Amino acid sequence: MRFLHKYGAPKRFYRLAGRLVPWFAAITVLLFVSGLYLGLYWAPPDYQQGDAYRIMFVHVPNAWMSMMTYVIMAAFAATGYVWNVRLADMLAKASAPLGASFTLTALVTGSLWGKPMWGTWWVWDARLTSELVLFFLYIGYMALQASIDDPQRAARASAILAVIGVINIPIIHYSVYWWHTLHQPASLTVTGQPKIYMTMLIPLIVMSIAFLFFYLTMLLVRVRSEILLRERHSDWVRKLVGAAS
Amino acid sequence: MKKQNKRLAFLLIILAGMSLAVWLVLTAFRHNLVFFYSPTQVFEGKAPRHGIFRVGGLVEKGSIKKDGLKTTFTITDLRHSIVVHYKGLLPDLFRAGQGVVVQGQMAAGAPVFFARQVLAKHGANYMPPEVAAELKRSMAAKAQAAES
Repeated sequence: MRFLHKYGAPKRFYRLAGRLVPWFAAITVLLFVSGLYLGLYWAPPDYQQGDAYRIMFVHVPNAWMSMMTYVIMAAFAATGYVWNVRLADMLAKASAPLGASFTLTALVTGSLWGKPMWGTWWVWDARLTSELVLFFLYIGYMALQASIDDPQRAARASAILAVIGVINIPIIHYSVYWWHTLHQPASLTVTGQPKIYMTMLIPLIVMSIAFLFFYLTMLLVRVRSEILLRERHSDWVRKLVGAAS
Repeated sequence: MKKQNKRLAFLLIILAGMSLAVWLVLTAFRHNLVFFYSPTQVFEGKAPRHGIFRVGGLVEKGSIKKDGLKTTFTITDLRHSIVVHYKGLLPDLFRAGQGVVVQGQMAAGAPVFFARQVLAKHGANYMPPEVAAELKRSMAAKAQAAES
């Protein structure tokens, strides 16, 4: 844990993140451009849905990221709670709005696809409902953070909420297997043969990595401003701001 | 115990307790969480006899009859099937052999389901049309080979 405290020093991380951001941003743009090209032009239409299935290239990565971001956020929150690592608290806090936006995008794109394909914008099946609960968990976490002024107390209270919310993640994932749902089961599993044709799978994977890098880039940007905000009374921030002005 | 271990234990106990609570709730509501019943469940009387519920299954091939906005078709889970009457627009994916979920109620005294809403269920398969055609052809060839 001493390792965490040394390299997790906000000042050190602020500089490191600053150096990484341009690289991550460049990779993100590159992946988005190629992913969208592959998804919208290169990939063939679907045998049943025609071109309408292409919304999958945004929907599926956002749905994956909404869950992954939550797990990452809860892991950071727990690390901050148990070992008092301030940087972990900040990373958790910075993740929440990103995760919430992934969740919202997944819900909205799913709804847009659902209307022509299923015949409805929304149904209260287990998958859709548990994903909506995930959105409320993010909102609740952000609200709790915002309602407590002292950052350390805010981090402690919201960490407990974040950890409890992890229960929802396996529920989202397995909802399509545990219950009859309108939502289809996963086309891509760790063990099974993919049920997506290769030329459609490649754009999906590129887009997923693009959204992952988007998350990492935005996380670094957000955590940098969080560090500045929390350390605003320290000498190094004063010096930094003084030097800039 | 060290302070950090205490905090870790606290988090884990909360997580375990809440998981148990959620598990109990989900088990208790197991039947209410089902989005639709299968025709077999309806046949066995597991679905509500009165009131609105959903039935899901495959649209039986050759069972679709259209008369203007009125559609009659049969949904099946390959063990039992139910005749469905529906009036209204059908979703894009509605076709013979496709999974659908219909919402409505059973007619009084007849094994007929009056649907108010028809939802198409989409499978997990995505492929280009040529591949789908190829797959169909090879399946047909296999079936023929099995017959002869």
